[in-house]
Amino acid sequence: MTHVLDPNALADTSSGTGTLPDPFADVTRSNDAFRAFLHGLPGVDQVGAEARAKVLGTRSIKTTAKAWAIDTAISMVDLTTLEGSDTPGKVRALAAKARRPDPTDPSCPAVAAVCVYGDLAGVAQEALAGTGINVAAVATAFPSGRASREVKLADVRDAVANGADEIDMVIDRGAFLTGRYLDVFEEIVAVKEACGSAHLKVILETGELVTLDAVRRASWLAMLAGGDFIKTSTGKVSPAATLPVCLVMLEAVRDFRTATGRQVGVKPAGGIRTTKDAVKHLVLINETVGSDWLSPDWFRFGASSLLNDLLLQRQKLRTGHYSGPDHVSVD
Amino acid sequence: MSDRLAVRKTYKLYLGGAFPRSESGRTYEVHDTRGHFLANAAWASRKDGRDAVVAARSAFGKWSGATAYNRGQVLYRVAEVMEGRAAQFTEEVAAGEGLSTAKARAAVDAAIDRWVWYAGWTDKLAAVLGSTNPVAGPYFGFSVPEPTGVVAVLAPQRSSLLGLVSVLAPVLAAGNTAVVVTSKERPLPAITLGEVLATSDVPGGVVNLLTGDAAEIGPWLAEHADVDAIDLAGAPAPLAMELERSAAGTIKRVLRTPAEEPDWTADPGLSRLRPFLETKSVWHPIGV
Amino acid sequence: MTSLFEYAPAPESRSIVDIRPSYGLFVDGEFVDGTGTPLKTVNPATEEVLSEVATGSEEDVDRAVRAARRAFVKTWGPMRPADRGKYLFRIARLLQERAREFAVLETLDNGKPIRESRDVDVPLAAAHFFYHAGWADKLEHAGLGPAPRPLGVAGQVIPWNFPLLMLAWKVAPALATGNTVVLKPAETTPLTALLFAEICQQADLPPGVVNIVTGAGETGRAVISHPDVDKVAFTGSTEVGRSIARAVAGTEKRLTLELGGKAANIVFDDAPIDQAVEGIVRGIFFNQGHVCCAGSRLLVQESVHDEVVASLQRRIGTLRVGDPMDKNTDLGAINSAEQLARIRELAAFGETEGATCWQPEGELPDRGFWFKPTVFTDVSPAHRIARDEVFGPVLSVMTFRTPDEAVAKANNTTYGLSAGIWSEKGSRILKVTDQLRAGVVWANTFNEFDPTSPFGGYKQSGYGREGGRQGLAAYLSSGDQK
Repeated sequence: MTHVLDPNALADTSSGTGTLPDPFADVTRSNDAFRAFLHGLPGVDQVGAEARAKVLGTRSIKTTAKAWAIDTAISMVDLTTLEGSDTPGKVRALAAKARRPDPTDPSCPAVAAVCVYGDLAGVAQEALAGTGINVAAVATAFPSGRASREVKLADVRDAVANGADEIDMVIDRGAFLTGRYLDVFEEIVAVKEACGSAHLKVILETGELVTLDAVRRASWLAMLAGGDFIKTSTGKVSPAATLPVCLVMLEAVRDFRTATGRQVGVKPAGGIRTTKDAVKHLVLINETVGSDWLSPDWFRFGASSLLNDLLLQRQKLRTGHYSGPDHVSVD
Repeated sequence: MSDRLAVRKTYKLYLGGAFPRSESGRTYEVHDTRGHFLANAAWASRKDGRDAVVAARSAFGKWSGATAYNRGQVLYRVAEVMEGRAAQFTEEVAAGEGLSTAKARAAVDAAIDRWVWYAGWTDKLAAVLGSTNPVAGPYFGFSVPEPTGVVAVLAPQRSSLLGLVSVLAPVLAAGNTAVVVTSKERPLPAITLGEVLATSDVPGGVVNLLTGDAAEIGPWLAEHADVDAIDLAGAPAPLAMELERSAAGTIKRVLRTPAEEPDWTADPGLSRLRPFLETKSVWHPIGV
Repeated sequence: MTSLFEYAPAPESRSIVDIRPSYGLFVDGEFVDGTGTPLKTVNPATEEVLSEVATGSEEDVDRAVRAARRAFVKTWGPMRPADRGKYLFRIARLLQERAREFAVLETLDNGKPIRESRDVDVPLAAAHFFYHAGWADKLEHAGLGPAPRPLGVAGQVIPWNFPLLMLAWKVAPALATGNTVVLKPAETTPLTALLFAEICQQADLPPGVVNIVTGAGETGRAVISHPDVDKVAFTGSTEVGRSIARAVAGTEKRLTLELGGKAANIVFDDAPIDQAVEGIVRGIFFNQGHVCCAGSRLLVQESVHDEVVASLQRRIGTLRVGDPMDKNTDLGAINSAEQLARIRELAAFGETEGATCWQPEGELPDRGFWFKPTVFTDVSPAHRIARDEVFGPVLSVMTFRTPDEAVAKANNTTYGLSAGIWSEKGSRILKVTDQLRAGVVWANTFNEFDPTSPFGGYKQSGYGREGGRQGLAAYLSSGDQK
């Protein structure tokens, strides 16, 4: 039942879309088989996971380590605006900030991506051309995911056509919670195919899954279906990203790589507002999965206000005195 | 008056549910308080003590694992069966302790009532001595009393039945098994009690009764690594101290005894139950 | 292996504590000179001498016991129970107010990580006083009869692994039940007890209620064998426990013992593996394994042995061993050269007996007493490392196939202090918990403590309980007890 964690199960074949990694080739042969597999994953004791996250949250990150952490965190930000009131102007302003988060300090790294609704992906792409900063677009009837599959796939194709480098999809939580795992799986596979060369981040919306057992199962489901990243939340549901949820997802990507050889990224999103929160996540990565995930290729923060706090802390470290909100730009 | 010649009883040990002679082959004469011969009792040896511990240990799992309700019924059954043999006990107590028939009968009645009292305790102990523990964290915590294990009991020397029952019944009510060294001079009611136990649904080995000398067998029991606790009720002061010292070698629970044999008719409260109960505290997270 | 993310040193400041060059004994409310040869107490992480501490002679102990007796008869005994409670509440608050100071001092003197002294030892010590404070005027509800009475003077001897916390476990219930105390801290870790003496002064606790007599084994013997001590409470090794039980034999002294352990931590194949691994780590590496209830015998179901051991080793590789004052340190220093020698000796036995030793990579500091977190696999139940208490960061891994085998192996020890079980199946947890002969069973957790939860051993792990309603019995006599 727990063979997925068997260190000897490492397969050297890394899978592409549509084919399941070796040890798991037949787990999706039926919904019952898939259910048996997902429910056979080791359980997660909530209290134990929370206690572990809490202890890691007490790590004291100072001086050089803090400076490194702040810059790394900035480079991992998916600078996000997902409001009904978004406009091309707003997106261009965000893109400008993404390129040079701190205009007073050219040594400040750029963020990883700008994350917008699909219809504004073109605006973002234009504003970020040649910067190396990716455009991420949410799709699949974000945030609820309540639309027919055709509509969701059309949403994805549209975003990709508009220039999105990364697609942040939502899973069908209704289907997941009623045990229709194969439906959820097939939808992700279809979306992955629609993405073409765009990277796929699969949003689990862990605040609606509620239990950490469900988070682990959904993580495996999304990874098996070909997701390049697993992402906690839309940011529209509370609770969004929490440390215990992120811990469980990190354990999942760690175990998945051990079992299949394929590395999957993790993106906590929503609710991470302070440098302290970001540093706690970096500690979590460092002590759960290690350095291999400590880069924007494998870890992202989905956030909007976080960036300004990172910049304020960065200024404090640089100048030695505390700064104020007027010393960073309003988004 | 019938001229029928009486059939006398052979008093043997009660060990592992059977009535063997001492492996040593030894017996000793038991007299009444006026010096008249009553019977030859088996004179238990240290090897009988060793065998008794083995029997008590192997009986422990089943007896301690029985439901409290079941143990209570078994102990109540002991009282029922004793009641039917009250006359015989009265005669033995009267002869052995030099009491009038009325006083002996009163002691027998008190002994029977003591079984009834302890029978009612078996399923109350967890409620009275256990707890749920409101720990400061997301854990369900509870504590339960559990039997200590094999208890060596040096029975009182004077009160041959009421004293014996007063020290034995709490050991059993708590779920322990017992190796008892009876009163040396007054062992006969103990063996009759063995016959009662043997016919009262008390599983073999739960109670083992050795007639003989506490000063001879006691040290072996006090040092025995597979005995968890010792009740020194029947050990005189210098012996008691020596045994307590020996018992320290294996961290046995020791129930000390006052210099004078107590009044066994007094309400014992929990004083003889607590020493032979452990507390187990259990923690489990509370989460979804 | 170097990480991209190396944590810069984050040392806790020691300037908060003011360690005096020398300390006397705390007798009858004031610090007095001892008449024995003073001891030096060192920081085990650096071997730096921290201070010189008086040694209590028989005569000093006698003075302390007489002070305690006077206080029992004249002040503490006759005092309104509610007022006794208020003193304990005061002490709890003072411990909280000066928590940082206690944490730093504990870490300096003991070698344990500041994270543990700060987050575990000191808060729990305060909690013990707060909990017992409330009992002081409610003892008639403790189930010990309508009018339970204190015993008198309690002589208490405590170990070096949790110096302040063990003091709290001993002193708080003794005082709440109306007894007075003479406490002997461990030879290598006297400093927080002496700081606690200052707390007693700040709380205006009447003189003689708490007396602290430092020293080594001789001083401890004097405390437990003093004829005017009514109650002896000891936490420490089983060997010393035996000698104490022998010493009090034939006296009227009441005795409780909290001794060694060799706890089994049982992992079933349906366990929440990641949390089980955390629990194994917490079970054996908490406080460098200087824990009587440490989960030193890991029993893993055969079907998950390899994956559990692999996960465990990966996790141990992330443990941060080093400067106990660094806030990010997980594993601190071994408390003394003597203890280090014992750990080394037993670990060496493990290898000669054929077990496989594994330790993570990494350097240990040059100075001080250190031992790497160590895992022995291929351990047989007959090996010494599977039977003897190591009292250090050394884990022995064994396997089982069925629940019956797990229980049999877990119980196959002369100890019986604690045990752990990891499974997601409720009924199995309850069954196995019922069958384990141990005083504390942690199911899907390990090494959790609370003043409301009685703690103590079965078998040769001792007798008596500390904490909870059950713990009060050790310090009271009631109508139905002789």
